[in-house]
Amino acid sequence: MFVITCPYCGERDLTEFAYGGEAHIARPHWREDMSDAEWADFLFMRANPKGVLAERWMHAAGCRRFFNMLRNTATDDILAVYRIGETPPKVEARLPATPSGEAPLGSGNDAVKVIQPGEGG
Amino acid sequence: MHGYNVLRLLREGLSGHKGWQPAWRKAEPKASYDAVIIGGGGHGLATAYYLARLHGLTNIAVIEKGWIGGGNAGRNTTIIRSNYLYDASAAIYNHALHLWKGLSRELNYNIMMSHRGVLNLAHDEGEARQLKRRVEANRLNGVQAEWLEAKEVKAFCPPISIAPEARYPVIGATLQRDGGVNRHDAVVWGFARAASAMGVDIIEECEVTGIETEKGAVTAIETTRGRIATQKVASVAAGHTSVIAGLVGLRLPIESHPLQALVSEPLKPVMPCVVMSNAVHVYMSQSSKGELVIGAGIDPYLSYTQRGSLSIIEHQMAALIELFPFVSRLRMMRQWGGIVDVCPDASPIISKTDVKGFYVNGGWGTGGWKATPASGHAFADLVANDEPNAIAAPFTLERFVTGDLVAEHGAAAVAH
Repeated sequence: MFVITCPYCGERDLTEFAYGGEAHIARPHWREDMSDAEWADFLFMRANPKGVLAERWMHAAGCRRFFNMLRNTATDDILAVYRIGETPPKVEARLPATPSGEAPLGSGNDAVKVIQPGEGG
Repeated sequence: MHGYNVLRLLREGLSGHKGWQPAWRKAEPKASYDAVIIGGGGHGLATAYYLARLHGLTNIAVIEKGWIGGGNAGRNTTIIRSNYLYDASAAIYNHALHLWKGLSRELNYNIMMSHRGVLNLAHDEGEARQLKRRVEANRLNGVQAEWLEAKEVKAFCPPISIAPEARYPVIGATLQRDGGVNRHDAVVWGFARAASAMGVDIIEECEVTGIETEKGAVTAIETTRGRIATQKVASVAAGHTSVIAGLVGLRLPIESHPLQALVSEPLKPVMPCVVMSNAVHVYMSQSSKGELVIGAGIDPYLSYTQRGSLSIIEHQMAALIELFPFVSRLRMMRQWGGIVDVCPDASPIISKTDVKGFYVNGGWGTGGWKATPASGHAFADLVANDEPNAIAAPFTLERFVTGDLVAEHGAAAVAH
């Protein structure tokens, strides 16, 4: 659950927004020799990172406009909001120490956090 | 391994319960294995169990980043059913149901399998037509299914409200009588115990941090407890499938979402069966401890935080109170979330990949628990023989290229 700052309307509750999935997925230019695998990559394959994700949201109960957001999927920290067509800004995120480990804060799952060598309890 | 039986229980009872041994060995990682399974959940442990038992592969390890039973195995609502629409799904889920029926005896571990019946409610004519179609499809595939009118639903599940003035009245339901629930911990403990007894190393608190490949083939994995050489790596990491596949540079058609559940204070037996409703987005059963176990749909956004949104709980409780008015006077005790990896066609992936020796079992979305033994059974076959068997064949990654999808949104959407 989080509060999202719509770039047009300001801070609103998550329930006002519709999710648009991963951002910046460009439809490939059509070519005669385009393979099924290329289409599959465009249609179905997703980055699904545990970390920083560029995603689209739509302010369904407000201005009804799409915009982009950078969010850390390991913590749900919102890192940046930017408009459609803009390039994602550079951000810093608190990432898990290991690929599928838990972030230091906010994962909601401290119980399975694996203590790394040299890391305090 | 000492068997569990009544005589043993009596003997231990009389001697102060001092003779019980841990159910499985706490193994230390060896330098190499014939195969390593990433993920010690139900599917991973079932895979290890069937690899050892049916394929004679015992020099294998299961590595688990947390502890056995602490991931999604301990977070699901344990609903068992096989009333899916398509032949491919009916085959795998009904195979699972068949295996569930004999699993307590096979593992010598009481998994508390209770075939109490699963109702899938219809709230409007369109949904009723869909569900009746599914009943017929199920029967053609040998899946037990029948249609109940509203009064028959009330007779089968007395606490339900079928009031016609409800916002979404119950107009009927499908019933799978041999569906039900079981005990999540017992399943993973039972599989872990049986696999460990055959020589499988179960290594907890060990997270994979890298996968080494050479000329497109797996050679070793890096873990938080050292390097392990192996030719075969089987990823059964539920919500983290994309993360593990990313270690060998693979992209998958999977997105990970939080899925929440909650339980009430314990009650005397009130719920005789499992009730699920796709339309109002809620499902409920009663555990053997007496708690009502309640679930709903996934949060719409992609996330690895095991929390989920309050708005989802609000929505599901509103629906539940209309279906079961007595619930309004209950207190809820615990709420939690788990991460589910969802495929675009709501069907799983059991597949080899472009990286030789790297196998993927994931994308079970919201409903993997019911498939646990069949998933492990089919995946073990794939890992051992390097070719999918008839049950796994429809669920390979190629289907996203050929377009031969197994679209089970109707049967899987909320329901698990």
